[in-house]
Amino acid sequence: MLFWTTIKIALRSMLANKLRAILTMLGMIIGVAAVIAMLALGNGAKSRILGWVSRMGKNTITIFPHNPKIPPVLNGAAEPLTLGDAHAMLSIPGVKYVSPVVTSGDPVKWGTNETYCNIIGCASTYIIIHDFQVQSGHMFNDFDTRDRASVAVIGPETATRLFGSQDPLGHTITISTERFQVVGVLVPKGRHGWFDPDNQVLLPYTTAMTKLMGRAVALNHIDMQVDHAVDLTPVQNKAEEILRIRHSLIKGDEDDFWISNQLQVIQMANNIGGAFTMFLGSVAGISLLVGGIGIMNIMLVTVTERTREIGIRKAIGARRRDILRQFLIESVLVSLMGGLIGVAVGVVAAHYVKFRNFSGQVEPHMVILALSISAAIGIFFGYYPARRAAGLNPIEALRYE
Amino acid sequence: MVELKNKSALLEIRGMVKRYMLGETEVLALNKVDLSIQEGDMVAITGPSGSGKSTLMNILGCLDDFDAGTYVISGEDVSKLTGDKLADIRNRLIGFVFQNFNLLPRLSALENVELPLLYSAHKDAKAAARKALEAVGLADRMHHEPTQLSGGQRQRVAIARAIVTNPAIILADEPTGNLDSRVGKEILDVFHKINDQGRTIVIVTHDSNVARHCRREVQIRDGQIVDIIEHNRSARQLVAQAG
Ligand SMILES: Nc1ncnc2c1ncn2[C@@H]1O[C@H](COP(=O)(O)OP(=O)(O)O)[C@@H](O)[C@H]1O
Ligand SMILES: [Mg+2]
Repeated sequence: MLFWTTIKIALRSMLANKLRAILTMLGMIIGVAAVIAMLALGNGAKSRILGWVSRMGKNTITIFPHNPKIPPVLNGAAEPLTLGDAHAMLSIPGVKYVSPVVTSGDPVKWGTNETYCNIIGCASTYIIIHDFQVQSGHMFNDFDTRDRASVAVIGPETATRLFGSQDPLGHTITISTERFQVVGVLVPKGRHGWFDPDNQVLLPYTTAMTKLMGRAVALNHIDMQVDHAVDLTPVQNKAEEILRIRHSLIKGDEDDFWISNQLQVIQMANNIGGAFTMFLGSVAGISLLVGGIGIMNIMLVTVTERTREIGIRKAIGARRRDILRQFLIESVLVSLMGGLIGVAVGVVAAHYVKFRNFSGQVEPHMVILALSISAAIGIFFGYYPARRAAGLNPIEALRYE
Repeated sequence: MVELKNKSALLEIRGMVKRYMLGETEVLALNKVDLSIQEGDMVAITGPSGSGKSTLMNILGCLDDFDAGTYVISGEDVSKLTGDKLADIRNRLIGFVFQNFNLLPRLSALENVELPLLYSAHKDAKAAARKALEAVGLADRMHHEPTQLSGGQRQRVAIARAIVTNPAIILADEPTGNLDSRVGKEILDVFHKINDQGRTIVIVTHDSNVARHCRREVQIRDGQIVDIIEHNRSARQLVAQAG
């Protein structure tokens, strides 16, 4: 009963002084909105990466031709990844499939229709490594690769863009000036940010290297799948050992390539999430501190202004704890209302402010966290003013003008 | 009269001393005051301004502490109590009516009257508050806030708030001081009505006419009781008819 009366009184005095209430809450609003937006963006980034990783295929290792530890200016000296490097990987125990990969971004045409997509030159095992299925037609085979056949397997998105509702099988598409016959269409996987596995054209790597890349020898990457019963780390170490020998690196040289596996990418995603959380912690912590000090300030003013009221309450029998509770409830109410508005602002911000091409994902636990923090701040920063009110001498409080 | 004297005192102070320091000089606001008040009594405290009336009332109301002496109310020795125990006494045993009403703004009359009951976790505060407001003749103003009420109505709300807890004693420090004489008389009628129902009342006043309406008049000067006058009932009624 007293609880609800207290809340009613607090709300009435806030309504009577709207501008002051809003200014008091502003710090909390900004702080909590920052918490929500940051958590949501961190979460969005993480789930985007994890989603992408999970679509890369299971137990995969990818070898890139540049080591990110080496400054780009020195990369010119690096040995490119070659078909020989790719073949050498097959000798590692536990490696099931290896596919050299070359990529290009040329437009793809069918009749007057044209679209941009990833053009990937790869081995027939590429779709096994990356867990693609063929919905119609078939994947090109090793004979096509050997013969540099002009065949293509296209993603469902590419098929729709070029052929609309028509069946693409058997039709001839043009890339650059070369013509390829569509022999298969992949099953959709779903777009994931910048990486759209449904909008791509797969060609035999032999065909792609000779016809589209001017007989280039450098691979964009080497993708491989390891037996699911085998640990990734020893395979990765062995691959590093072989490549160091093949690239004539001596002891002390940095690798001139970069081997990554799914676990590392998952870890990276978690690290990015952690970094966001740290960033959030400092930004939100500072603004919440400012918000809390604002609340303490206004509560001290309120206690002084209402000294007489406190005296009256004590005269009719309010105990220390009654007064303490009243002012704590008020400061928690102010900070919680600030928190609620902050959550609303943060949710809207996370939804509309797109960061590159991912937006924030708000989850219930973030809202609960933000509101709990708001309430805790109300208690922490409201305690001192409330204690001051509770400790007032009744007769002196009644005499206060 | 005789039966009243036979009862043990509801309220009793002995050797009450209260000092104030005004810079270097010491003011003896109460100088060894002895006073006992019986249940059902209606006592007027009179005396010139600065004689110590309010100081005495604040001590009787457990609002202020004192430097020497004892104070027993309803068998409880208040001299040794502090903090929350005193708050409890103020809530249960005392109803205080101030000269300047001291109602909480932004609360309706009903909510103001309810407030003391909320601090004692009363079961049906609303109903009790309604009854108290009806008793002071404000049944039709329950939902008005203090700013929407006249001075006399505000003081009625304050009286309702004082009686709502069913206290042992009502203390009123110049309750008509901020009211014009006609309204002041109405308020005194309310106090008489409450006293007729058996409730003990102590009222501070400047007005000797008001004092004559009470059973006893305690005259204070320079922090000391100089005289206690008994007004018998017929005299009181005569004065009431004359006034
Ligand atoms: N808070 C105070 N500080 C100092 N002196 C005070 C205080 N309150 C009252 N006094 C002094 O005590 C004496 C009695 O005051 P008070 O009880 O208010 O008188 P009354 O109510 O009879 O007019 C006066 O001399 C007054 O100046
Ligand atoms: Mg006075």
